[in-house]
Amino acid sequence: MVDTLTPVLTKNWGQDRAWTLPAYEAQGGYKALEKALSMAPDDLITAVKESGLRGRGGAGFPTGMKWSFIPQDNPKPKYLVVNADESEPGTCKDIPLMMASPHTLVEGVIISSFAIRANKAFIYIRGEVLHVIRRVQAAVAEAYAAGHLGTDIHGSGYDLDIVVHAGAGAYICGEETALLEGLEGRRGQPRLRPPFPAVAGLYASPTVINNVESIASVPSIVANGPEWFSSMGTEKSKGFGIFSLSGHVNRPGQYEAPLGITLRELIDLAGGIREGHQLKFWTPGGSSTPLLTDEHLDLPLDFESMGAAGTMLGTRALQLFDETTCVVRAVLRWTEFYKHESCGKCTPCREGTWWLVQTLAALEQGKGRESDLDLLLDQCENILGRSFCALGDGATSPISSSVKFFRDEYLAHLTHGGCPFDAAASTAFSPAGASV
Amino acid sequence: MTQTPEKTDLVSLTIDGVQVSVPAGTLVIRAAEQVGVAVPRFCDHPLLDPVGACRQCLVDVPDAGNGRGFPKPQASCTLPVAEGMVVNTQATSEVADKAQQGVMEFLLINHPLDCPVCDKGGECPLQNQAMSNGQGESRFVSSGTGGVKRTFPKPINLSPQVLLDRERCIVCQRCTRFAAEIAGDPFIALVERGAQQQIGIAPDAPFLSYFSGNTIQICPVGALTSESYRFRSRPFDLVSTPSVAEHDACGAAIRIDHRRGRVMRRLSGDDPEVNEEWITDKDRFGFTYAAQDDRLTYPMIRETLPDGERGELRPASWPEAFAVAAAGLKNAGSAAVLAGGRLTAEDAYAYAKFARVALGTNDVDFRSRPLSVEEGDFLASHVALSGPWAGGVSYLDLETATTVVLAGLEPEDEAGTIFLRLRKASRQGPKRILAIAPFTTRGLTKMNGTLVPTAPGEEPAALAAMVEQGEHGIDKSAVILLGERLAGVPGALSAAVDLAAKTGARLAWVPRRAGDRGAVEAGCLPNLLPGGRPVADPAARVDVATSWGVGSLPETPGRDADAIATAVAAGEVAALVVGGVDPADTSDPALTRAALEAASFVVALDLRATDVTRAADVVFPVAAAVEKAGTYLTWEGRPRPFEAVLPSPSSLPDLRSLAGIAAELGAPLGFKTVHEARAEMADLGPWDGDRAAFAPVAPAPASAEGLVLSTWKTMIDQGTMLDGDKHLAATARPVVVRVGPGTASSLGLEGGTAVTVEGDRGTLHAPLEVVADMVDGVCWVPANSTGSGVLAGLASPGTRVIVKGASH
Repeated sequence: MVDTLTPVLTKNWGQDRAWTLPAYEAQGGYKALEKALSMAPDDLITAVKESGLRGRGGAGFPTGMKWSFIPQDNPKPKYLVVNADESEPGTCKDIPLMMASPHTLVEGVIISSFAIRANKAFIYIRGEVLHVIRRVQAAVAEAYAAGHLGTDIHGSGYDLDIVVHAGAGAYICGEETALLEGLEGRRGQPRLRPPFPAVAGLYASPTVINNVESIASVPSIVANGPEWFSSMGTEKSKGFGIFSLSGHVNRPGQYEAPLGITLRELIDLAGGIREGHQLKFWTPGGSSTPLLTDEHLDLPLDFESMGAAGTMLGTRALQLFDETTCVVRAVLRWTEFYKHESCGKCTPCREGTWWLVQTLAALEQGKGRESDLDLLLDQCENILGRSFCALGDGATSPISSSVKFFRDEYLAHLTHGGCPFDAAASTAFSPAGASV
Repeated sequence: MTQTPEKTDLVSLTIDGVQVSVPAGTLVIRAAEQVGVAVPRFCDHPLLDPVGACRQCLVDVPDAGNGRGFPKPQASCTLPVAEGMVVNTQATSEVADKAQQGVMEFLLINHPLDCPVCDKGGECPLQNQAMSNGQGESRFVSSGTGGVKRTFPKPINLSPQVLLDRERCIVCQRCTRFAAEIAGDPFIALVERGAQQQIGIAPDAPFLSYFSGNTIQICPVGALTSESYRFRSRPFDLVSTPSVAEHDACGAAIRIDHRRGRVMRRLSGDDPEVNEEWITDKDRFGFTYAAQDDRLTYPMIRETLPDGERGELRPASWPEAFAVAAAGLKNAGSAAVLAGGRLTAEDAYAYAKFARVALGTNDVDFRSRPLSVEEGDFLASHVALSGPWAGGVSYLDLETATTVVLAGLEPEDEAGTIFLRLRKASRQGPKRILAIAPFTTRGLTKMNGTLVPTAPGEEPAALAAMVEQGEHGIDKSAVILLGERLAGVPGALSAAVDLAAKTGARLAWVPRRAGDRGAVEAGCLPNLLPGGRPVADPAARVDVATSWGVGSLPETPGRDADAIATAVAAGEVAALVVGGVDPADTSDPALTRAALEAASFVVALDLRATDVTRAADVVFPVAAAVEKAGTYLTWEGRPRPFEAVLPSPSSLPDLRSLAGIAAELGAPLGFKTVHEARAEMADLGPWDGDRAAFAPVAPAPASAEGLVLSTWKTMIDQGTMLDGDKHLAATARPVVVRVGPGTASSLGLEGGTAVTVEGDRGTLHAPLEVVADMVDGVCWVPANSTGSGVLAGLASPGTRVIVKGASH
């Protein structure tokens, strides 16, 4: 089973002081940069295109294609912005990566910036993770000192500066245009598109925005070649990715594996669902991806199979819930999150999440009628695809998918006059023999 | 800003099965209007950048023009048309209709639905569109799960004038976008997140914008209200009449709403050629002056005491007042006319004709402020008879000109509509706005303009330098706007004329008062007859005399307002006819008051009791702008006629009183109503003979010790036409004395300290503000924001002042 794993990004996480430059260089770090600087930038873009790397931030847009959208005849400066505002409930891959091996990201930033001909790159890190911000700042400082950053990098004549920016704590700033607004010092709310960031992004200049994991994958692609990367994964979802398992699983954590691995395999790797319990439902890519059940344990975790199952691969944030969990309660918590994080810009998300929480809270307490479940779904329908950005869509995912799979459980709340579950049973500190 | 695309570039699309061709770049929501479909909307506004925030205007787009449709409904306010696009609105698409109903439901869940007590009720886009595109029943409250609305404490002040009821707000961002984009005063912004998101201000920065009232008007709900109008009336009780703003020379279209004979509020009208849809707060809120207790409502004549001394004014009938005024003027032997700059063109025409026909003199001048002979020549030779139809500068030219030079003009304070146009122009693309001024004002910053640092008095040199200096790029595509303040700088207008002649740039004169431009055309000048006819030209005099049916007109050019005051004070002219002049505005207020004292007979025509009416022998009340028909000419020369909003039998336009006096004098004016006067003016028409010549004047040498005084009237100040609205008055900018850093350090004074400015007419006290780029040796004070104003209480024009720390 261990063969299933393909540790590339996570390979050095266990090394002593893996976050330092000497440790990173000792295992071959910054060799890919040397190679990249000897290549033509367009060849780098081609290599990334050929590798089949798709955005690891959730949407899965081909990274190389995104780079090739940058109009190189535009006289304005080009920017690379790394989206390190990892905030999706359940998602926990970028922050451990930056914590354990920030130089993997920094090297990726330099190569990627060189490819798109940017002389300034920004790493926008979620503001709450101060320790990670410090790690990345230290890594950038080390890279400057070692000549990997600054002017005339490795004698190539190429200049690059990296700015590490701390976000101010808004989930929406993970949305790339809201991130740009925040980076420019404005209120974090999504921007109207077009113009797309590739044409007019940061400071109205051509900008590539990539997820941490996407950028961190670039050095390995350069070092080992696109064929190496595309040999992993499935036909349309190439390569490897970090799968973060959390919840009712014995060994939660980050498991790096080729795309297309199944949850059953991952659960095995993680030591199984907690003793004496069975999987009830799970999210494939964070709370914004419609949830699945134990029927879907053998689906390949790639973009296509998840899409076919009516959900999304997202950020591979696998939150696992066993049968002690009240799905209504879980969905209510997520919905409260979306209500709290709605930026307020557009009506469906701002008002809709406000109302969804009220409706769900009432249902959880056993108030309401069966017809209110249809009202709830209709509210979701009026938000999904009507909002300004995808936050509103994501807010409806757990609700509509949970009603689809667990309608009876919702109704049980109404007939029971409240939640039929023992909330304590689902907790990690659940006493033995807690009722289900 | 919604650009106006080239008409030639048409795109065809199908909306609700109807084919329509619209200019490329048109947004779908406006293309739908072309086929008669009103897609409901809140955040969308044609003059604001698209934002797509409210999501009310969702439509179904089965074909984006490339054969593929959008899987989700699209916001039609952010979607440009494409060739072959197919759009289905709520009229034909269930998807679009359901999407719109859903958004409307969301908008209403947290809306208080307090329409019965809301000022907007009855004219509310939310109310109207909830009726047309919403559901009758609320599922929020009626569902089994019940709903609790978000509430906020009522209301909060965004400024002394503008109030916000946050629970009504649907955060469409129209107000914040207006403030940021149009006015350039981004003092309001979104704060908080999610459903708690609201409009807010920084704790120390209220929404002090001269244009703040526009946000109230474009608010699609009742969230923004004014202190002046809040809870005063319901829209359906109001009678609305289009009119023209009387506060500046911009000619902004307004709408006056009145109820039972009382003006309740004023709104911006929609005049694309002039003010688009925006007006200043002065135009919006400054109307209570006409309803003050000191309004004159009946004619008065002064009693003669038994001992022959002057007694008090007593009420008189109109015929008696006409007769007494006529007799007094006749007995005086000689009389002159001071007409003021607030007249409608028709009233100004009446004063001009009255002087020539009834008094037999050219001693008539509308300029009740510092003036010069050079200016009179300039008005006759370069301003009269100009207009957009004759190649004159127009508002649109301000947008299209490559360079706009401002001299003696601070548009944000003195001509708000020009300011907004220039700001719009500066946002549309590269535009050079050059201000010949002593420092960079906030207004200039907002227009992205460049300062040509110039001390008052040095304008002629600055203008002359532009002829040679290539970097200013003055050529025939440039426009030079000359403020009326240049009359106080000898040689400035001459230098401007020279600059225009040598470069081909076009000139426009921007006065401050609404009636100024019309008075030039009406011949309210000592050197000009109506229609731009020079007094000195015999053919022009014959032309007018023939049209008027009189034998001849006085030949010698008359005295200007300053000379009239001097002559009356010296006893050379015996009587005065004064209409709407405040002595404090004149070059020498003391001299004007002395003239009123010295005059053997004074006829005053005014709105309210003033120093002039108190000194007069006969007083005629006149109609306020709202009570009469008339015409204002914009600074461009563009006529903007309006009809009476509140006709009142007791208040007659100036021209009716003048006609009455003239009739008693045996020299009838030939008209008694505004419409008769208008017809006569049209009959007379413009002069087609030779224009008056312009005699250039040399700049005066700089002189004397002390600081050069720079001053103008701020938009909100002590002006009498702002009386009666304390909330508006509270939005005035604080009174400060401004100097440059060099001057401040040579005086040993720091910003914020209380200083005293001393001039030859008095002193002024205010805190000092040190302006980084201000020309040294200059001191700026607001002209009429404190005390009795600069002219009456600080310094005579062109003299210097001294600034001292208050403790000295």
